[in-house]
Amino acid sequence: MTLKVPTMSEMLAEGKTPDILFWVGCSGSFDDRAKKITKAVVKILNHCNVNFAVLGTEESCSGDPARRAGNEFTFQMQALMNIQVLNGYEIKKIVTACPHCFNTLKNEYPELGGNYEVIHHTQLIQDLINIGKLVLADGGTFKGKKITFHDPCYLGRANDVFEAPRALIEKLDASLVEMKRCKTNGLCCGAGGAQMFKEAEKGDKEINVERTEDALETQANIIATGCPFCNTMLTDGVKNFNKEAEVLVLDVAELIANAAEL
Amino acid sequence: MISIIAFTILFLSGTLYFIYNISKVRANILLGRDDNRSDNKKERLRTMILVAFGQKKMFNRPIPALLHLFLYVAFVITQIELIEIVADGVSGNHRMFRNGLGGGYTFMVSFIEVLSVLAFVGTVFFLSRRNLLKLPRLNMKELAGWPKQDANLILVLEIILICFIFMMNGADEVLYNLGHSHYSSGIDGESSFNFLISSKLGPFLFGNLDVSTLHIIERIGWWGHILMVFTFLNYLPFSKHFHILLAFPVTYYSNLNKKGKFVNMDSVTNEVKLMLDPNSDPYAAQPESNSIQRFGAKDATDLTWKNLLDSYACTECGRCTSVCPANLTGKLLSPRKVMMDTRDRITEIGELKRKNGADYIDGKSLLGDYISEEEVWACTSCNACVQECPVNIDPLAILVDLRRFMVMEESKMPTELTGMLTNIENNGAPWQFSPSDRFNWAKED
Repeated sequence: MTLKVPTMSEMLAEGKTPDILFWVGCSGSFDDRAKKITKAVVKILNHCNVNFAVLGTEESCSGDPARRAGNEFTFQMQALMNIQVLNGYEIKKIVTACPHCFNTLKNEYPELGGNYEVIHHTQLIQDLINIGKLVLADGGTFKGKKITFHDPCYLGRANDVFEAPRALIEKLDASLVEMKRCKTNGLCCGAGGAQMFKEAEKGDKEINVERTEDALETQANIIATGCPFCNTMLTDGVKNFNKEAEVLVLDVAELIANAAEL
Repeated sequence: MISIIAFTILFLSGTLYFIYNISKVRANILLGRDDNRSDNKKERLRTMILVAFGQKKMFNRPIPALLHLFLYVAFVITQIELIEIVADGVSGNHRMFRNGLGGGYTFMVSFIEVLSVLAFVGTVFFLSRRNLLKLPRLNMKELAGWPKQDANLILVLEIILICFIFMMNGADEVLYNLGHSHYSSGIDGESSFNFLISSKLGPFLFGNLDVSTLHIIERIGWWGHILMVFTFLNYLPFSKHFHILLAFPVTYYSNLNKKGKFVNMDSVTNEVKLMLDPNSDPYAAQPESNSIQRFGAKDATDLTWKNLLDSYACTECGRCTSVCPANLTGKLLSPRKVMMDTRDRITEIGELKRKNGADYIDGKSLLGDYISEEEVWACTSCNACVQECPVNIDPLAILVDLRRFMVMEESKMPTELTGMLTNIENNGAPWQFSPSDRFNWAKED
């Protein structure tokens, strides 16, 4: 199936206005693993005939890692340039598969002049299922499987989105098992606050290993998450325990795209 | 008469010294930068009532929460009796409120007695948890020395205070039984105060003693109690126990935004807007700013008053540190230590400024002399510490400001981050990819 990914500039040239902008993010654009998540989201959007567009090469880093690393100049440069582009296209609503972009666009852009309704892809997919646009196939791939959900800090604790990803997992023919630390008490994967881009400080353990232990303890076959950074960290964690053959780390969008046989 | 004078002196000096010390703490807090938190009064009041008064977040851990509640309610309710003690003390009366309140008085004192017993149980539990069970978060290295002694001292003071209450009420009960209490205007034919616990405990402990000994015990209890109250009050501003008062303002001024939102630096916004505006005149006169301010925080005085208030409200329970991913994996960072260091440093600065004048600089700073760079860089900004704090203290806000100082003022950061930032500036992504390749994913298989 070929993906239909219209850009904002194409839309504008054709005199069309999309209902929603899909903000892909740097991971979703460049990271090989995260690109698969991006494509899963697009498959769902295409399947449901969502009138969306992306910025394509006009998109740039949201500035999240710069701000978390303490460089307010770089953050604000990025933010103000992005806001110029977004406001230029008169964007009203944005969906993104990256909780870091989600948090920044939703909470930090308004003060700089960027006011949009920003949702996480799990929230959009939940809506699509609720209004009947997306129907999952019966007895799909996940029958009898155990799935645990790792709360990304910037989705959960930082923005109180706990239910949408869980509601989606519960739509699958699988059982959702919770880790001992979950929801508001969820443990970080270790990538936030610009840690993704640096070595960890000296300690006796890597944070992603500690978190992967929580996940493996649940005996889940699949560790689901909703963040490209968490995905990387937990995938590495699973490899650390040589469990990559038994335990998969997948984004909720991938689970749904799979279950809907897209 | 002597006792009235002694009491009045104790009462006045105890109150004045307390006011003197909290005004010092207040001055220290006001050394911080401005931060406007006068908005959303309703929401703030609601948060304070739920989190401080209602102790909502404590109940995430039910057993300590319940025992803590005993101490807290006992403390609050005992204040009612304290009003009588003060009235008695300055007037030379005894149990002044009993006649007026009648059965209500018996109920009130009984209630206080029951709470005191529960508080006693709680205190013993907390002491043993600290010293016998050695709960990890209460025995970490940042608590070595004074913080640990401080915690134990408070608990011991509380036990002594409770003992004094029962000495006072117990001995008075026996005296009343014998018709020798200072409380003489008893109801006809009544021979007991009928307080729930001391009416049993008094005769049991002191039943065989003679009247003069009983009077001494009763007076020791009464004076001991009020002396402990003033000791306690005046100890607060020097102790982590200050949280019993500061929990209220600190929750009132809680961060009401989503936890993921970092505070915008408006000074940077102006500069960046000038840079991005093609019509701006770079030589135009800059608007006067009233103070030269550094980016981020190097010392405690660069933080906001809210950060400093947070540091004084911290009771060092260590729940933040017990959930910090960096700390759990053996890194140096401990959010509790960040709060303790901030408080110790601003207290030190305040003292030095009072001694040597407002412009005095001692050459030390919060960053470097108290909190190391390694600690600051270990944070993942996951907000677990903020979530966990029973009084909504925000250690992350301080860590962010320390990072901002290092990066924006000194260009000091782990080398990988320099690369990441350069990439964002040059190609709009934290990795070294060309911006023209950003949309390639749509064409790849």
